[in-house]
This record gives sequence, C-alpha cells and structure tokens, in this order.
Amino acid sequence: MTSHHRIEIENCGTHFRCPENEGVLQAMERQGRRAIPVGCRNGGCGLCLVLVTAGDFKAGPMSRRHVPCGEPAGLALACRVYPQTDLRVRLATDEDRQWSKQQCPAGRDGR
Amino acid sequence: MAISGVLRPGYVQVRVLDMKAALEHYRDRIGLDVVATGNDGRVFLKAYDEFDHHSVILREADEPGMDFLAFKVASEGELDVLHEKLLNAGVAVEEIPPGDMPAVGRRLTFIAPTGHRFELFATIGLDPTGPMVNNPELWHAEPRGMRALRFDHCLLYGDDIDGAKALFNDILGFSTTEQVVAPDGTVIATFLSCSTKAHDLALVRHDEKGKLHHISFLLESWNDIGHAADIMSRYEMSVDIGPTRHGITRGQTIYFFDPSGNRNEVFSGGYTFYPDHPVRTWSTDSVGKAIFYYERALNDRFMTVVT
Repeated sequence: MTSHHRIEIENCGTHFRCPENEGVLQAMERQGRRAIPVGCRNGGCGLCLVLVTAGDFKAGPMSRRHVPCGEPAGLALACRVYPQTDLRVRLATDEDRQWSKQQCPAGRDGR
Repeated sequence: MAISGVLRPGYVQVRVLDMKAALEHYRDRIGLDVVATGNDGRVFLKAYDEFDHHSVILREADEPGMDFLAFKVASEGELDVLHEKLLNAGVAVEEIPPGDMPAVGRRLTFIAPTGHRFELFATIGLDPTGPMVNNPELWHAEPRGMRALRFDHCLLYGDDIDGAKALFNDILGFSTTEQVVAPDGTVIATFLSCSTKAHDLALVRHDEKGKLHHISFLLESWNDIGHAADIMSRYEMSVDIGPTRHGITRGQTIYFFDPSGNRNEVFSGGYTFYPDHPVRTWSTDSVGKAIFYYERALNDRFMTVVT
C-alpha cells in the first residue's frame, strides 16, 4: 500500500492528498483541484515551479533552465515532486523565476 | 514549388532529460524505429514510411528543447546555389563536412533571426527499413503505437519572425500559406511551405529567442487520431488538447507532451497547397477558431508553454 501525504498550498489554502509515487501536480489535477498552474507535466516547461517550504520529497528529472543546479533548497517543478512526508508548498514568485533565469543563460546546443 | 531547391523537413534534433523515457515515448508510443545509436549516446530514429536514414535525433541534456531543424535540398548543386544566396544576403553560414553525422553528407548550418539553428543538406543514406519499391507491401512489419507515417513539421516560437519569414521565403523559396495578423498589421504567426503541404515550418512571435512549440508527426486518418488518443489515455501520457481540428491548415490533431515536456503533435488531413494559392489570413479576434476550430477558443497552456 502506497503512503499518501497531505500537500498544502500556502498561497490559497488548498490542500489535497498525494501518493508517494505520484507527482504533486498530477495528484492535484487528478482530484480536480486548481492551485498550481499546469503546463507540460513532465519537467520541461517550468510553469509549475514551486518552493517546498516544509517536508521532504524526491525529485524526478527537471529542466535545469527552470531549476538550476545548487538551487535554494526546495525549489522544484511540482510535476516532478514526489512527497515522502506531508508538504507545504508555495507558488514560485517572479523573483524565484528571475533568479532561475539568471543562473541558466540560454545557448546550449549540440550538433 | 520545391521541385528544385528545398524539398521538405529532413530531421530534427530534440533534447530530452532521460533517454530511456524518451525512447519509450518516441519508439513505443509514437511508433518510430531506432536506426542507430551514436558513440555520443544520441539516438537516431525514423518513421516507417520514410526512406531517409533518420528524421528524429534524441540527445540527452539537462534542458529540453530543439537543437536544430534540418531541411533536405534536392541536390548538392542546389545546396551550392542556396549557400551562395544565403551568403549574399549576409547570413553567416557554417559548412559541416560529410561524416559528422551518421549517413548525412555535408551540411550547411545557420542561425535564423528567431534564434533557431537550421540546417540544409542534400545527401543522406537510405535506411533498408524504408518503404518497399518492388511490388511494395504497405510496410515491412505492421506499424506500432500511434503508427506515425513521418516527421512532418515544427512550430517554433521566436522574436524576429518577420526576419525569419523573409529568409525562408525570399532566399530559400518557401511560400506563406496562412498567417494570423493583429489589427495594427503585426504578423503574430506565419505558416510556411516548401512543398504541397499546408506547412513545413510555422513561426509564432514570442519575446524569447529559439523556443520549440511542437514537433509534428503525420498519421493516416482521423481514425488513427482516435487510436493515438486511446494510447495517450492507456499510458497516462500528458495531453495538451484534442482530438480536435485546426482552422489553419484544417488538419485533425492532438497535442501532447514527451516525457521531457517537449510538445508533440499527431495530425492527419488538411488541404493541399500550391504556390499560386492566395495567403489565408486570420485576424487575432478569430484566432481561437483559427487554432482550434471546434473549441473556438485558445487555452493558455497552448499559447505559453514552450521548451
């Protein structure tokens, strides 16, 4: 039996339950809740960027453009956050996004 | 029409966060075949109805998106002609010698005003699993997954789409098939063809350079679009919107995301374009119907989510 944890979204007081093996964003969407913006759901687009302010989680692969290496602890894409305990989460601010952008300038290409 | 000059989109190189997940997606769900794996870990794939060695290249990286989109040119002579035209227009072109990429001859590469890297090539080897030519059966083995026939086109987001459009139309011989125009005359989106397809490349105005909106694969029919939708639900794939139809190009479509967040499209139908056809123009107040003909409204995600 998979453990479920309580996810609380600080900004709007929304909360829902999320199994350990499901992304926070996917669990939210599946239960018809609206709090975190839903984009690609696969760690690429950055729309669901959040800061986890309390609790432990495992993270799946995420674009370094949106979550640079050495990020402030807790910055993550909600679609790739797998809760290991109850979590408190707040939506990313413009400052969070600006900071991410500055850490990861454009221009990586392979040939 | 490109009986000479640029023929069609050749291959696209896509960055993925996790190669194993990407292969499950592009090979097992969309139904492409793996033709080669490079020493650098890049994986080369093709659709069953394509002759050329590869049409999709996957490269594992820490950020998704598109590395480059290449167009196939009719001959090495035509490639020389286009090279000179690009240089005369002041475009910085780098020539990559043959052998740098499996099966592909010399390549010309340049950065468009939208920040995207494009390539032109004329020579590519044929893959033995391409369509049969003697008393041809439909395929060597029955197609898998969504049964994609071919890699079809890309839609790219960038800032200077006027500059990119001029490059493709005036230098490379593409035609504009459709466009979305704001009341002040600003072109918001432009659809370009080098063939009889309604689009081989589409560009949308955006404040950042070099972004990927989607990579599109052709399916045979509206029934196959339904089959693709069944697969998306069965395997819990991330869907953006659809099945629906476009006003622009009139194609039937589903948008969905690969496991790294790159948007894909499967589509079928649409009209045949000839270069004497007038440009079809949509005003921004009808853009909902232009993009999604049934919903008659855009969703925010479709407009804003890019990699």
